[in-house]
Amino acid sequence: MKLLQRLQNSRNALGLAFMLPAAVLLLLFLTYPLGLGTWLGFTDAKVGRGGAWIGLENFEFLVGDSVARLALFNTLFYTVIASIAKFVLGLWLALLLNKNLPFKSFFRAVVLLPWIVPTALSAIAFWWIYDAQFSIVSWVLVKLGLVDRYVDFLGNPWNARLSTIVANVWRGVPFVAISLLAGLQTISPSYYEASAIDGATPWQQFRHVTLPLLSPIIAVVMTFSVLFTFTDFQLIYVLTRGGPLNSTHLMATLAFQRAIPGGALGEGAALATLMVPFLLAAIMFSYFGLQRRAWQQGGDK
Amino acid sequence: MSDVNRRRFLEGTAGLATLGTGALWAPDASAQAPAYKPEKGAKLRVLRWSRFVQGDIDAYMVNVKRFTEKTGIEVRVDNEGWEDVRPKAAVAANTGAGPDIILSTNDDANLYPDKLLDVTDLCEYLGRKYGGWYPACEAYLRPDGKKWIGVALGATGSLVVYRESLVKAAGFDSFPKDTDGFLKLYKALAAKGTPGGMALGNATGDSGWCHWLLWAFGGAIVDKDNKVTLDSPATLKALEYAKELYASFVPGTLSWLDPNNNKAFLDGQISITNNGISIYYAAKNSADPKVKELAADINHAAFPIGPVGVPTEYHLFFNQMIFKYTKYPQAAKEFLRFMMEQEQFDPWLQGAGGYVAQPLRAYEKNAVWTVDPKHTPYRDSVKNLRPAGYAGRLGYASAGALADFIVPNMVAEAGSGSKTPKEAMERAQKRAERYYKV
Repeated sequence: MKLLQRLQNSRNALGLAFMLPAAVLLLLFLTYPLGLGTWLGFTDAKVGRGGAWIGLENFEFLVGDSVARLALFNTLFYTVIASIAKFVLGLWLALLLNKNLPFKSFFRAVVLLPWIVPTALSAIAFWWIYDAQFSIVSWVLVKLGLVDRYVDFLGNPWNARLSTIVANVWRGVPFVAISLLAGLQTISPSYYEASAIDGATPWQQFRHVTLPLLSPIIAVVMTFSVLFTFTDFQLIYVLTRGGPLNSTHLMATLAFQRAIPGGALGEGAALATLMVPFLLAAIMFSYFGLQRRAWQQGGDK
Repeated sequence: MSDVNRRRFLEGTAGLATLGTGALWAPDASAQAPAYKPEKGAKLRVLRWSRFVQGDIDAYMVNVKRFTEKTGIEVRVDNEGWEDVRPKAAVAANTGAGPDIILSTNDDANLYPDKLLDVTDLCEYLGRKYGGWYPACEAYLRPDGKKWIGVALGATGSLVVYRESLVKAAGFDSFPKDTDGFLKLYKALAAKGTPGGMALGNATGDSGWCHWLLWAFGGAIVDKDNKVTLDSPATLKALEYAKELYASFVPGTLSWLDPNNNKAFLDGQISITNNGISIYYAAKNSADPKVKELAADINHAAFPIGPVGVPTEYHLFFNQMIFKYTKYPQAAKEFLRFMMEQEQFDPWLQGAGGYVAQPLRAYEKNAVWTVDPKHTPYRDSVKNLRPAGYAGRLGYASAGALADFIVPNMVAEAGSGSKTPKEAMERAQKRAERYYKV
């Protein structure tokens, strides 16, 4: 009994005890699957058959595989272009929403809609928009006499890449915009007043007040945005399944295709594991690159 | 039945079949049903694909209910989209827990044959009683020629669906039977401004016509010894053909997934495509009078025969697997036996409205194939079917190559001109070799 009482009075023991449930959950549902996935990447596991350790064979195979290389290119292209577009549009939207508009809260709520709608649902909407025969966009363009035949949005490799990026941007902008808006509202108006008295133009205010003070938020938001984009799956799966000619296959969709329908669990896991270095690089970049502006919070860099 | 007897039996049936007296097939009442003794307190869980046509599910569930009434065995049936059954079945096989019986597709059973209950006695009994299994069933489910690892359920035929009036207007009184005539028809339809099209995107079901094309010209992914043979003059011929065919397609087929051709056809935008009977079914049951009218103009035809001279059709094949981990193997076998017997299978085939073709010859007589002459072409879907891994062994390599869309990608690349036929073929050869190296 004495021991129990002592434990109950020990801050450290209690701290550990309270952390235990969270730690168990994390280990069970996060660390274990991640570890298992990585391990599978080094085996020749097939669906329905346990694998034996084969070292780097899967990775060697993937390096020489033209479809996997194409998927890597597609993923990088998709992530870079979509992230830049989301950042620019999101920041612009945030600045607009930060102004004193009529029905301000209504607009802020509406902007969030694309983000709230389940991805699969919005992907199906885009699937109709891009349909080879029923596209509303093509229909309007044809009626206006701007094009004489339906645009092959998803049938031409480059069209398909850009079309999927547009759909991704449409979906991802609200997250960036609302998060940056929250950041904007933490900037004290006194900075703007002071700079206005000094005769700063709106651009100078943006460049020297808004942007530096917003950069920590930007770092966090863009890290998340890049991670979401890099690991996108649903949108591609609904719109193209990686087609045409595998030109929109992302690493995530290809990993799934190889692992589950294709049965090559080990290879799919290896492909998924190959994403980790890129994701780490993205995190490192935002951590070291953008967070360096810590002097704004009183650091002395 | 010993192997020797079986062979003699098959020879006998083949002889009869060549006489063209299909009507001779009546269930052989003398076939002794294996006496399965369902375990006490047995309960079964069945996972099956759904749902192309509601009639299939309704008729299936009526049969399940009858089974429960007759045996007292409770059966729970879960439905999933057919592409989702595949990973679930694999996980069940992997972990050794899950549904007792899974109805799945294509070469799934060949991925984990050692996790499946041997159903040789059941299949031999059914084959004996119902006029024998089609060769494709054995290719899929009796890989070593001895042991059955699953019970064939049938296949959903993917045939040519066309508008009769438009084909006539293009100058064809009957549907062409060979690949040359087929190409001429496509060209004529395009010239008339009523083109057709078939899916060339990563469509899991409807891109299967690419396999037909490859085989029709004598090509194949692999030979009997699983040696990759894509890089061949036959493949080249098939791809040259694909190039001409694609030129007459409606724009956009490179992006087509499974539903696109259905939508375009029902909207009257294309005159010909490939599909299951579902387009016709949807048109016939449509609430829209204009679409309903279309049904009268729809007809079906088997895929034309190429230079190889035999049908080379690709269809989605359905199997029924009992997993070894089941606690009630006897009950599970009894369930499958019950479902495959004429009293149950006949109404089920009818319920499916021609969507599923039978695996056993005796069911060729089922009324569903004659009640509407437009159903008839789908009758022979299993008969004319080639497994996707033709002509090699089925397993991980064939499943992987199929899931990676190697053949459809090759046809799409060559057809659309993004690569020359030779380049597309060489690339496909390399891609296939990676799967077949192990």
